Amino acid sequence: MALTPQDIGRIANLARLELTPPESERMLTQLNGFFDIVEKMRAVDTSGVAPLAHPVAAIQDVALRLRDDVASEPNQRESNQKSAPAVERGLFLVPKVIE
Amino acid sequence: MTHPTTTQALHDLGVAELAAGLRDKQFSAVEAAQHFLTRAKAHQPLGAYVAFNEDATLAQARAADTRIAAGTAGTLEGVPIAHKDIFVTRDFPTTAGSKMLAGYQSPFDSTVVRKLAEAGAVTLGKLNCDEFAMGSSNENSAVAPVGFDAPAPVRNPWDTSRIPGGSSGGSAVAVAARLAPAVTGTDTGGSIRQPASFCGITGIKPTYGRASRYGMVAFASSLDQAGPMARSAEDCALLLSAMCGPDPDRDSTSLDVPAENFSAQLNDSIEGLRIGIPAEFFGEGLAPDVRTAVDAALKEYEKLGAKLVPISLPRTELSIPVYYIIAPAEASSNLSRFDGVKFGHRAEKYTDLVDMYKKTRAEGFGDEVKRRIMIGAYVLSHGYYDAYYLQAQKIRRMIADDFQNAFKSCDVIAGPVAPTVAWKLGEHGNDPLADYLADIFTLPGSLAGLPGMSVPAGFGEGGMPVGLQLIGNYFQEARLLNAAHRLQQATDFHLRQPGGL
Repeated sequence: MALTPQDIGRIANLARLELTPPESERMLTQLNGFFDIVEKMRAVDTSGVAPLAHPVAAIQDVALRLRDDVASEPNQRESNQKSAPAVERGLFLVPKVIE
Repeated sequence: MTHPTTTQALHDLGVAELAAGLRDKQFSAVEAAQHFLTRAKAHQPLGAYVAFNEDATLAQARAADTRIAAGTAGTLEGVPIAHKDIFVTRDFPTTAGSKMLAGYQSPFDSTVVRKLAEAGAVTLGKLNCDEFAMGSSNENSAVAPVGFDAPAPVRNPWDTSRIPGGSSGGSAVAVAARLAPAVTGTDTGGSIRQPASFCGITGIKPTYGRASRYGMVAFASSLDQAGPMARSAEDCALLLSAMCGPDPDRDSTSLDVPAENFSAQLNDSIEGLRIGIPAEFFGEGLAPDVRTAVDAALKEYEKLGAKLVPISLPRTELSIPVYYIIAPAEASSNLSRFDGVKFGHRAEKYTDLVDMYKKTRAEGFGDEVKRRIMIGAYVLSHGYYDAYYLQAQKIRRMIADDFQNAFKSCDVIAGPVAPTVAWKLGEHGNDPLADYLADIFTLPGSLAGLPGMSVPAGFGEGGMPVGLQLIGNYFQEARLLNAAHRLQQATDFHLRQPGGL
């Protein structure tokens, strides 16, 4: 099942990427080329197989770790905002979101 | 331990020799740092380094000299190293090879950087890599190397018309050209092992979860692992011992496995070691020159008393689609943080918030990164998740089980790192699939989260280096380093250096 130009537009929107028309065209060809090699994978019988997320869970239980719900970070607002594109009075500036 | 003689240049010494010379006060940490900085600057056309901060380097070196004088030296005290530009650093900018992070200054050091500094290592600078570690040739870097005004290819010192491999290409070049005695790299699908192989150096990726991912710019969180690259297994062992250990507060997938002294078993005998040879790694796709070098290294192992055992890893070929579904899926999620708000690039002109996101990301990301984000967003989207992402994760378990089955009859697995030697710059052109297919031998071990390394095994076409891949079972890094070290006692491929340097 090949992707269509409409699919590329839909995925680019989900991914929040603006693609130029030539970029979209190239992307369509390359992604369809890629999904050709994925077809083999889809044919594999995986019934009864549990998905593996943490690879070491293949041999032992790996529990998802939680730490105590206590703030352990010191306040580093200034150094954290040093690389931000737009900051005012310690706040990140973004275009108007609510009318 | 070999002690340096006054006739040997500092850049010809390995980590163990440098550490000994520093402890014996044959030279100071400041002298060592200055020597490597001068040499790195003299070889800027290779494109290995993307950032220096001489003041920071020399301040670290002076502090190391003070600790040596006070008798409180760490295991790597005063040893100059450099970091892949994926590790965030307080004293140096961090770009991850992307325009998106141009000018980014991290407020903290990654855990790996901090641990190496605590062992006494001095940072020379940051090393070039593929954008967000996505690539196999380092041709995807969007950052200008030091000495260049625009992005320029990182060149393989064995033949500067060829790629160094990737994504840790700058790291491999720095070691091969002796611009640093050792460096850090990261390996998601082969990014330590493949460039190490292509540049004729030694590199190891530990078991997934051994080294903390905190402060490594994230690509694929269930695969990314940090590891050292150096000339010898002995030097890799020294660095790896300092890098590993649990990081429970900072990395949710870090394992509760204590740090280990990986140097302790280096000299153990490998008499009777069972080396598994996967049939699938020696098929049609393997170039004859690579096969010849790998076969010769395996013969060497037999002379050392090891036994070769035929094994099968039946899903080797499937690891390509499985990896290139899982890694982009995780990447598309990880890279959603680059939205032009909290850090990094922001488009100059836009109409509203969504338009700002889209234009920012269109301008900041390179082609390969966009492709992977698109693949990832698609396979995670409604209606496709089960067929692609979940199916890939299920086959991932089957691949991991295949390894456990193989390890019933062998102690380590050996084969080629890559099907060919390093190719020419631009040779794969605009065909991303050609790069993906060349990852075939490193991907299975990555998906299974197993430790793996590349050890210099000889030379192939065009006099280019060939690496032997060794894969161990979980937590068997010491055994891999032992096997590699014994080979390096019997051969001198790891000591050869490219001409013209």
